Amino acid sequence: MTISREDIEKVAVLARIRLDEEQIPALENDLGNILSLVDQLSAADTDNVEPLAHPLDAVQRLRADEVTETNQREAFQAIAPATEDGLYLVPRVIE
Amino acid sequence: MHKKSVAELSRELESGKISSVELTREFLDRIRAEDRRYNSFITITEDQAMADAKTADEQRAEGKAGVWTGVPFAHKDIFCTNGVTTTAGSKMLANFVPPYDATVTANFRAAGAVCLGKTNMDEFAMGSSNESSFFGPVNNPWGLSNGDKRVPGGSSGGSAAAIAARLVPAATATDTGGSIRQPAALCGITGLKPTYGRVSRYGMIAFASSLDQGGTMARTAEDNALMLNVMAGFDPKDSTCVERAVPDYTATLNEPLNGLRIGLPKEYFSDQLSPAMEQQIRNAVKEYEKLGASVKEVSLPHAKLAIAAYYVIAPAEASANLSRFDGVRYGYRCENPQDLNDLYTRTRAEGFGSEVKRRILVGTYALSAGYFDAYYLKAQKVRRLIQQDFINAFKEVDVLMSPVTPSPAFVQGEKTSDPVTMYLEDVFTIAVNLAGVPAMSVPAGFVDGLPVGLQIIGNYFEEARLLNAAHQLQQVTDWHQKLPQ
Repeated sequence: MTISREDIEKVAVLARIRLDEEQIPALENDLGNILSLVDQLSAADTDNVEPLAHPLDAVQRLRADEVTETNQREAFQAIAPATEDGLYLVPRVIE
Repeated sequence: MHKKSVAELSRELESGKISSVELTREFLDRIRAEDRRYNSFITITEDQAMADAKTADEQRAEGKAGVWTGVPFAHKDIFCTNGVTTTAGSKMLANFVPPYDATVTANFRAAGAVCLGKTNMDEFAMGSSNESSFFGPVNNPWGLSNGDKRVPGGSSGGSAAAIAARLVPAATATDTGGSIRQPAALCGITGLKPTYGRVSRYGMIAFASSLDQGGTMARTAEDNALMLNVMAGFDPKDSTCVERAVPDYTATLNEPLNGLRIGLPKEYFSDQLSPAMEQQIRNAVKEYEKLGASVKEVSLPHAKLAIAAYYVIAPAEASANLSRFDGVRYGYRCENPQDLNDLYTRTRAEGFGSEVKRRILVGTYALSAGYFDAYYLKAQKVRRLIQQDFINAFKEVDVLMSPVTPSPAFVQGEKTSDPVTMYLEDVFTIAVNLAGVPAMSVPAGFVDGLPVGLQIIGNYFEEARLLNAAHQLQQVTDWHQKLPQ
């Protein structure tokens, strides 16, 4: 199994990870090896097999629609890289 | 005192022979003096530990002490600790001080245990050698005096090495594909990965949410039982946690094993296993026969597909879980971001290490348009087949036994050049996580002076049976008592 340079660049955009040019050859090799390992799956006969998402086949539990959390904005923002007036700061989005 | 188990230390405290302040001081001094050799701790919480020890002694004086009151231990640095840096072994979280406790952390706090610090681990629990930690590799105490720098296993390598070096009697850990059992095996200690959903994942930094499970590490099975008594149970804050009564795991440790039906999965005694390792495992199984157990061969026909299924499912879930690290709300943020996209992409490029990035990229690929059915859905179907193998096996036998790893602890750097070589380290442990059943690693002898781990796998929620089997082995063998030079 091989993965192309274009695929790696596309996936890096989707994953929001910047890649430098010199990292790509090693990634082609490593990801290609991982996908070759994964390709063993294609040999398995999975006709009529239900996918398993939770080992105990549990479903999401629902709770009563009541307010249980208290406001902890100050505690949460105290550990943020940049805040102002109770807001998280990011680079300007709208010019 | 540092060679004693949790159960023994608890009795010493109860008898008044030693105070928690004295005991905590002794362990902290050992960590300060010895851990530069191992690098098993990322953070040492000395002041907090001494304050907690003092409180524990006061509680005891008031007659309010339990088994854990005043007993020192450590947390894997993946469990959030209110006010104490929690890094998950990553540069991304090197400055992260959580404003809340994980449920596991809160449970140990409520039990009066004294946390000495946070142990080293593979970055975001992705690794089998502890070499992907931003805070440097951990040295396995075994073989170190010969000048061999061997891996302690991973991802819970810091917890395992600290226990093997007698820096703590017990430590928490997590297991997504073998991260408790493999390091426990390579460091010669006892570890338990409970049934998926048995222990709350709230506040445990997520890697692959349908596989992650918190568990226990200590020298003895009895201490693992004491830990699980504190950790197990329903938690409304974790939507996958199971609502089911928790037994006293120490109550059944001394049950006789007469009539126990042991299955040996033939796929786990394959060519990958070295003859010397196989000999040790078969010797341990013989001990069980002497204790009255019967042994037969069983088959897990789809086990050979476990690694392939895992390396779709785990990276896919990781790519979703780790999307939260964006440089905005907490954790690392790159310098001088030019725009929002630059903030995201550079923060993540600089904050994550190479193994984490590889897995995010693989997971993103497997989930992307055009590939979802071929990879993710296919892997989940194979996961069902693997689970069915275990269900069928447990119709015939009570427990499964196998090696934990194909070989003993390897030398650092030996498997870092090719990720797939490292992934094969977990060939005997990963199927258990896909099925969600509980499993232990128990010391079972030595090969070339390095510890060997016996894996004992149980049916869903049969942790008590595993602990019973491990405890009984430890009554007739002394492998778990051996000390590294």
